[in-house]
Amino acid sequence: MSTSVGSFVSRKDGHQKVTGMARYAADHPITNVAHAVAICSTVASGRVTGIDSSAAEKALGFLAILHHGNAPKLFRPVNNFMTASKPGEIRVVFEDDKVHYVGQYLAVVVAETLQQAQHAASLVKISYEVLSPVIETEQAMSTRYDPSEFFGEKLKAQRGDPAGQFASAAVKHEADYFTPIEHHNPMEPSASMAVWDGEEVTLFETTQWVVGARNTVAETLGIPEEKVHVISPFIGGGFGCKGFTWPHSVLSAIAAKKAGRPVKLNLTRKQMFSACGHRSETKQKIKLGATKDGKLTSVQHETMVQTSTVDEFVEACGTTSRFLYSCPNMGITHHAVRVNIATPTPMRAPGENPGLFAMESAMDELAYKLNIDPVQLRIINHADKNEHTNQPWSSKYLKECYQIASEKFGWAKRDPKPRSMRDGKLLVGWGMATATYPGMRSPGAAKVRILQDGTAQVISATQDMGGGTYTTMTQVVSDVIGIPVDKIRPALGDSHLPPAPVSGGSMTTASVLPAVKQAATEALKKLVQLAIANSQSPLHGKKEDEVTAANGRVFVKGSAPESGISYEQALLANNQAAAEGESFMSPGEEREKYAFQSWGAQFVEVKVDPEIAKITVSRVVSAFDIGKVINRKTAQSQAYSGITMGVGMALMEHTVYDHRDGGIITSNLADYALPVHADIHSIDVLFVDKPDPHIDPYIGARGVGEITITGVAAAVANAIYHATGKRIRELPITPDRLLG
Amino acid sequence: MLPFDYAKARNENDAMERGRAAKAVFVAGGTTLIDLMKLNVMLPATLVDINSLPLDKIEALPDGGLRVGAMVRNSDMAHHETVVSRFPVLSQALLAGASVQLRNMATTGGNLMQRTRCYYFRDTAYACNKRQPGSGCAAMDGFNRIHAVLGGSEHCIATHPSDMAVALVALDAMVHIKGANGERKVAAGDFHLLPGNTPHLETVVQPGELITYVTIPSSKFAARSAYVKLRDRASYEFALASAAAALELEGNKIRSARLALGGVATKPWRSAEVEHVLTGATADEEIFHAAAEAAMKQAKPLRYNGFKIELAKRAIVRALSAAMQIKAEG
Repeated sequence: MSTSVGSFVSRKDGHQKVTGMARYAADHPITNVAHAVAICSTVASGRVTGIDSSAAEKALGFLAILHHGNAPKLFRPVNNFMTASKPGEIRVVFEDDKVHYVGQYLAVVVAETLQQAQHAASLVKISYEVLSPVIETEQAMSTRYDPSEFFGEKLKAQRGDPAGQFASAAVKHEADYFTPIEHHNPMEPSASMAVWDGEEVTLFETTQWVVGARNTVAETLGIPEEKVHVISPFIGGGFGCKGFTWPHSVLSAIAAKKAGRPVKLNLTRKQMFSACGHRSETKQKIKLGATKDGKLTSVQHETMVQTSTVDEFVEACGTTSRFLYSCPNMGITHHAVRVNIATPTPMRAPGENPGLFAMESAMDELAYKLNIDPVQLRIINHADKNEHTNQPWSSKYLKECYQIASEKFGWAKRDPKPRSMRDGKLLVGWGMATATYPGMRSPGAAKVRILQDGTAQVISATQDMGGGTYTTMTQVVSDVIGIPVDKIRPALGDSHLPPAPVSGGSMTTASVLPAVKQAATEALKKLVQLAIANSQSPLHGKKEDEVTAANGRVFVKGSAPESGISYEQALLANNQAAAEGESFMSPGEEREKYAFQSWGAQFVEVKVDPEIAKITVSRVVSAFDIGKVINRKTAQSQAYSGITMGVGMALMEHTVYDHRDGGIITSNLADYALPVHADIHSIDVLFVDKPDPHIDPYIGARGVGEITITGVAAAVANAIYHATGKRIRELPITPDRLLG
Repeated sequence: MLPFDYAKARNENDAMERGRAAKAVFVAGGTTLIDLMKLNVMLPATLVDINSLPLDKIEALPDGGLRVGAMVRNSDMAHHETVVSRFPVLSQALLAGASVQLRNMATTGGNLMQRTRCYYFRDTAYACNKRQPGSGCAAMDGFNRIHAVLGGSEHCIATHPSDMAVALVALDAMVHIKGANGERKVAAGDFHLLPGNTPHLETVVQPGELITYVTIPSSKFAARSAYVKLRDRASYEFALASAAAALELEGNKIRSARLALGGVATKPWRSAEVEHVLTGATADEEIFHAAAEAAMKQAKPLRYNGFKIELAKRAIVRALSAAMQIKAEG
């Protein structure tokens, strides 16, 4: 039996990607395609009083314009995440003349070529009645409220007497932490290409959820879901902004209908800052109480975030604090205000990521107050069970993460005193933080076909955002049926395939691979049945349980594989094209019995040149407990990505809105700084690699996409404190904040 | 993007003639212009493509200086042997600018002519006196973290983004300009204009005039020179503050000095104050700090950019210290 699962496997789609053959949303060759350009609001609050398209309509190549005055009737989708109906924003595009934020779609122009559409769009004159917008949290306090839930998790929770125990704690830490608005900025901007055939529409998309896009678009258009076909074979990064369905997918469909032609709509980079979500700014207050020997006696986490005036999405910073450490007294609360900024959306570890920046910075500060090593403080307060739900963990190797990462990092040589470690004139700082993310799983289906030519197929309506789903699916099939990965063709990113959940919440692996394994097992069983049923077969008449299949052959258990027949022979002898297995698997009662959570430890070295306020993250060592690692190579790459994004969050990322009018003034990749190669140095990734025995019956993997970013920003800030003696509680830590 | 005409210049005279037409703009590397056209910030009626003009050579001058053609790509200048060895500040400044891909396209002349990175200049939804004279300056009371603390006026506080130009100013370079009335040359430090009441006028170049060369004279301070750029990330990022320093030493006495600043001023900013403090002084950290204080004495902070005053001082001290480290002859 080969063991592809757990090994270091290059991605199946790597060649296509590096040779430019991979077709992203806007790349599909559609004949006679017309081009759409969206026109967005330049004011943040008010009403559209006029849209003058007379000049645009005379422009060369003009085909159509749609806006609230002439758009077809559209419907608000039911907005139920569980039934895969989830718009990014519940207000439907072109619903009325109201303007809620800068960047809101006001019209879409269609023309023969992209340049003609851009030109025609620039000739459309929009007039407004402008109202005074509310952009900053402080201005919006009259709208403050306490949101109740985040995808089923209550946003207010208490255990014991956190306030009373904080008041009487021997050692206390209390501080406020701030994280700014951030944008996902995937390499591939969102795009949608719509092709109508009668009453049916095919959408070429870049989506983390083909099934969700199909259902949401169908409901918005008011047509049956089987009339919408969503295809998204490649995604140039998503990070959450392609999870829910945003208006461009509807705009392309109605524009194509109106133009009577296929229509392609590409978002500009600037539109990516208003039309597919962002991470809200967060203001967090942490209060920690502890005994003199470091045992937490009170944990309180209060969060203030922004949401939009048209929908609700809440960055749930505090939910992890309910169970991150063992503590009998805990309280979390969340508040939100409504501002004239587009609706936020999940962005890589929504809630956990900014939440852990605050909590893990606070733990570092507490460690200094206690004069206890930061790793030791976390071990002292290790949670042996989930104290919020009172469930045992399905599996938890956090202490192993601390141990293997700190050993590799050399943490034992750390002098905890700030400014004590040097490299020439540079100050050296070592900081660490805990990483964590839930081990989610959703229902998922897959089909596996063993074909008469000796190859196999595995298909599922899941997605590959670059994380490696194409590859992991084939690895699982390879191990079951015993033919190599390069002979197995995966297909995904198509809503016609067996349904799978959103590629979000780090749950693709846990949701899809068990079904893949069961389907592969089923297909193999069919093949065995064929082999023993055929009168020409040497296995004819054997009982099913006497026969096994491996390495491409069906044979009697205990005998040499050569004594049996090949898969091709078994199929050909029966004149059969393929042996097929299909599976649909759902999580079950294990979800009631256990708490599923991934864990990790981030260790960071910074070098600070104090004379010129320059910070370099010179070294990162991270260890993760994500259950079974399916593909060491793609898992490692995911970790590089998450850690790099975490460095960006720590040191540079922030979206700036003009406080006067809500304009997004850093809406491009020059003014919104993300790490470049020169900013990233050594990253070492370690995995505990012990299967989760309860998450599913077959695989034991919990997913790796999001946990890798969590804790990074805190570890960087903690390292900067260690290097400089300066505690910075506001992200990003830019040169002005280091100087200030 | 507005429709526009495109013409390929056959020679310098053809370029100048075409360049005199209304709303005609030269395009070389296109690294700024095309972006700004896509944003509807620059709306030329005609692009005059000067890429085929034979101005792409770096030549040694009899005095030991260099003559750099206007069409020399930034990458080629940065890696030119003489530039690296005898004018290190220029090589360092070029390599600190943009990205490899952009430097492979960008030219000497285009670099001098590049437009500001002011957010409000680049967004037609906002008032900008540079883009539309008389419309106002949205940056003045807006998010002005990246804006100038030196050389601003009530009409404009946009910084000049070039690194190369800062080094050229420190090296006493001359910009050679050709027009209908013949050739003239302008000191790099006088090439860019202060915004004053006319922020839309950025350089001394008149319509139809063509930058042909930049000459860099041999000098006693050029070899002992360095560029320091401080910014929000390690590459592909404009300066929050940068300093080009060049020193002529005699023993540990400073015989002459040049210092120019980037990222903090409305034009590549030669600091006479620094040169005054340093000339004749003993080269040490103390005098470098004094020079830095003097350089920023006239700086005017706005709501978000006050930190640049301190950051620029740090850049000045670091650049002077780096120049000191260089083992130069004479």
